[in-house]
Amino acid sequence: MRETLDMMDFVYAAYAICLIGTLALAGWSFATMRAAEKRREESRRK
Amino acid sequence: MHGYANPARFLKIARWFTMPLLVGGLVVTAAALAWGWTSAPPDRLMGDSVKILFVHLPAAWLGMGGWTAIAIASLVELVWRHPLAAISARAVAVPGAVFAFLCLASGSIWGRPTWGTWWVWDGRLTSMLVLLFLYLGYIALTNALAREGSSSRIAAIFGLVGAINVPIINRSVVWWNSLHQPPSITMGNSAIDPVYLYPLLACVLGFSLLFGGVVFARMRAILADAQAEARLRRKAQKAELAQATAGDA
Repeated sequence: MRETLDMMDFVYAAYAICLIGTLALAGWSFATMRAAEKRREESRRK
Repeated sequence: MHGYANPARFLKIARWFTMPLLVGGLVVTAAALAWGWTSAPPDRLMGDSVKILFVHLPAAWLGMGGWTAIAIASLVELVWRHPLAAISARAVAVPGAVFAFLCLASGSIWGRPTWGTWWVWDGRLTSMLVLLFLYLGYIALTNALAREGSSSRIAAIFGLVGAINVPIINRSVVWWNSLHQPPSITMGNSAIDPVYLYPLLACVLGFSLLFGGVVFARMRAILADAQAEARLRRKAQKAELAQATAGDA
């Protein structure tokens, strides 16, 4: 029996995982940086 | 190099570079992926799945490059006690782990239509999985050391010892039989057709810029947290001292 696979399904899945992962990493790192710098500014004012 | 050891001087530079690296990385990555997607024809053996190359290889490169950076920073910390070395190693660990995971995930997805299996316990895949576990161990160790305020020298030794896995990953397809193809790009040589190679190099550049932006952002976050904590601790000590003085009077 021969299995027929649509290659493009695998391409979409790989791109989705890599792009979502990369964008989530960049967004999370940027948000963490902004939050930490805000905490530093607040500690300066306290 | 020691000129940049001053966190204030480093922050001034990092503020300039973080956003351009993040935005530039996003733009270059999007353009390079679009270039590869539209220009690369289906491969004779792999068909359309060859397009996975444009996300898989940059992820593999950055997963391994991340640990190489940790090893260099660890060496700098142990030998020269550069104050930013431990911070930079800590900042590289999370993006390195994410890209090692993305490499494994995209490789597994690529393996199913080309090899007929999601996973095999061969040298390349197993050593890459070991790299992911090393990252997770390193992240747990550095977080625990930072929480307890202990020296980061143990983490630096871990970073150096773990670097032995990087050449093992690189040479695994040469040393052992593997379903994974042998190295396609070596020093000054490439077995990849230019129609795939140039968009691939552009993808590597785009993802690398993003990686750099993420590392700068994480270094800024670690430094800002440390500065805020130190300031609050100083203020608490001052308040305690003032209270004690008032009590004595």
